[in-house]
Amino acid sequence: MPEFGPAVFRTLHGIFAVYKPPGVHWKLVRDGVETNLLKDLNSLKQPDIRQQVRFLPGTLERSSGKELTLTATVLPVLADHILAKGPNYCHLRVGSGHRLDIRSSGVFVLGVGHGNKLLTDINEAHFTKEYTVHGLFGKATDDFSDTGKVIEKTTYDHITRDKLERILAVIQGSNRRALIMHSKIDLKSQEAYELAVEGLIRPMEKSPPIITRIRCLQFAPPEFTLEIQCLHETQQYLRKIIHEIGLELKSTAVCMCVRRTRDGIFTLSDALLRTHWNLQSIRDAIKHCTPRLEPELQKALALKHRIVSCDSGSTEQDALLESADHTEVVTVAASPDQTREAA
Amino acid sequence: MGSSGQEMLQKRSHVEIMWRTILLGHQLSPWCPFLKRWNVMYCIQGLRQQSILHRPFNLPSGQCCSLYHFYRLCSNMSGSQALVKRSHSSGGTSIEDLSAEKLSSDNQISRTMEVLPSTKTKPPSEDLEDPPPLSPLDEISEDEALQIVAEPILPSASFTLRDYVDHSETLTKLLLLGVDLSKLERRRNVGTFLLRLDFEKDIKEKLLFLKDVGLEDSQLGPFLTKNPFILSEDMENLQTRVNYLASVKFNKEAIARIVTEAPYLLNFSVERVDNRLGFFQKELRLSAHTARDLIVRLPRLLTGSLEPIKENIKVCQLELGFRYNEIQHIVTTIPKILTMNKKKLTETFDYVHNKMNIPHHIICKFPQVFNAKLLRIKERHMFLMFLGRAQYDPAQASYVSLDKLVSLPDEVFCTDLAKASIQDFEKFLKTI
Repeated sequence: MPEFGPAVFRTLHGIFAVYKPPGVHWKLVRDGVETNLLKDLNSLKQPDIRQQVRFLPGTLERSSGKELTLTATVLPVLADHILAKGPNYCHLRVGSGHRLDIRSSGVFVLGVGHGNKLLTDINEAHFTKEYTVHGLFGKATDDFSDTGKVIEKTTYDHITRDKLERILAVIQGSNRRALIMHSKIDLKSQEAYELAVEGLIRPMEKSPPIITRIRCLQFAPPEFTLEIQCLHETQQYLRKIIHEIGLELKSTAVCMCVRRTRDGIFTLSDALLRTHWNLQSIRDAIKHCTPRLEPELQKALALKHRIVSCDSGSTEQDALLESADHTEVVTVAASPDQTREAA
Repeated sequence: MGSSGQEMLQKRSHVEIMWRTILLGHQLSPWCPFLKRWNVMYCIQGLRQQSILHRPFNLPSGQCCSLYHFYRLCSNMSGSQALVKRSHSSGGTSIEDLSAEKLSSDNQISRTMEVLPSTKTKPPSEDLEDPPPLSPLDEISEDEALQIVAEPILPSASFTLRDYVDHSETLTKLLLLGVDLSKLERRRNVGTFLLRLDFEKDIKEKLLFLKDVGLEDSQLGPFLTKNPFILSEDMENLQTRVNYLASVKFNKEAIARIVTEAPYLLNFSVERVDNRLGFFQKELRLSAHTARDLIVRLPRLLTGSLEPIKENIKVCQLELGFRYNEIQHIVTTIPKILTMNKKKLTETFDYVHNKMNIPHHIICKFPQVFNAKLLRIKERHMFLMFLGRAQYDPAQASYVSLDKLVSLPDEVFCTDLAKASIQDFEKFLKTI
């Protein structure tokens, strides 16, 4: 006994992740998911065709002569027939989370129905994402990927793992500074200290791409693999990072593949492969993912409030510092007040 | 005193008429989509004017639901406009603004009337003094009442055939035959074309003819969905075309298959089909027999555009570097290659030849690779590479045939070729 189509459609809301293969545009992935969902929805049991009473005229032979009669007959309304009406479901609201460009692969978040609102929430929560990036030393191309036009070839014999890791540390350090700058918290406050201890500092509004963690997974010249945790990035930015690492090491490098292994709370194990893009798997995935998302969003919201309160404190302090009338004594006196307020 | 009493009386009758009109409007409005609020408003305005003019007014006959009477009512109104104008000059200042409004709404009325299908109506009488034949208050007999069909009025224009399916016999029969009206109505002019047909006269003999050609009952619906225009073709022409196909030695089953797969073929003139058959024979240098086989295997070659086919042959020859006999072999094995997207063809070949290092003669042996999705070939090849089983040379041990590589379903591929579990394969797919 198949399920009732409209009932399934009504409950089809939520968020899930798919695995986007490389070389396919994200729009195609989204459309593929939509098509499969529609096909499955339309194959479920559909509402019955309406019945209508129609008075069909007829003649009745009587002894007194012909008599016109109307007979009431129950007939199905043909306008409701599937061939006249077309399929019941023609489009679904499927929205995408942070996108992946055509060459990259990995976890790609999609929302369906009311899940689209969650996508906005996720966007505003500014979760970090994790990538695995494969690089190749020895050449440079115009678009930083291995398929682009080669513009330079270099040697890479002098590169050692140590040298690479030193560069990675430099990158992480400079990004650390950017992170603190863009998260707009006052480093001198108690609040900032607490956040830093918990390791929660991250920008809560638009910022340039920031790498929060970068490490080398594998080093086998000329190939190397990096794991990058970042936010507000694009895949092209990561390719550029590889290029710059190559330049810093007095060589050149191209990026062979960018693969997203985590997007917010969605990991590789949550991502559905192409063969599983059907109604049943997607419903299971939604059931599995949506409850896990709620507490994370709450946490992000709380963090945002803390950072904002911290931020407002710091702007006050800035104003105090800037005003010429106040002496240093005033600012010193002011800061304990603020910490008390914040607490 | 006397004049005010008369005024009171007049006012009462006026109110009564208004009330009746509103009722009329209520009865009508669910049935006529075009009967908008302004129509009812307009009636009321007209009635008000008439009562001012002391004209005896009878609501037209009792069949409120019949469109004709509403139409009469409207024409009465527009007739009364002239009177209103005349009385205006004699000093009726209160109706000046009303008549100005009427002028604009009159145009709309006349436009509505043009659209309405009024087959059974007499031309509306222009003589205002003529009393309408029946008053709504007259009694009618049982028999007469039975004959009044209280059907909702069909919309005069619609964007979908759904409105007419329940009322048109032709559409009902086509629907029961399995024709997808929802698909047909999206095509230009098809909806109107279908509505004008008569099942007995136009459709029946075509269906019998198609059955003679060899179509199954269940194929008639999909056939008409694809090509409704066969219903407008001349029977003689159709017979000649089928005779032509028989004359070029297609047997009965072949003709049935060709007609089902390429529904538009019967709309093509004999010369055109002949030219196209000649094209395939000449372009691919096939014998008459193999050309026939090719057409039977993929009949849509005959009705599709020939330009991309020419292009694909050239691509195979120049870009992919196949020899002529190889192309002939590939085309006879998978005729689909001729209608394939050029970009997909080159991309697949590029991957198979340059990345998987498979020479031309092996590709030629297994042209099925061109039917497969490129992503699927890539995934499987990479998995086999990862396992160290990607060995496509038939001369060596543990050889994987291209045909099996692309055509097997995932589970069988994993167990037979990759000798791994499907979970491993899925895990691997998440690392590329």
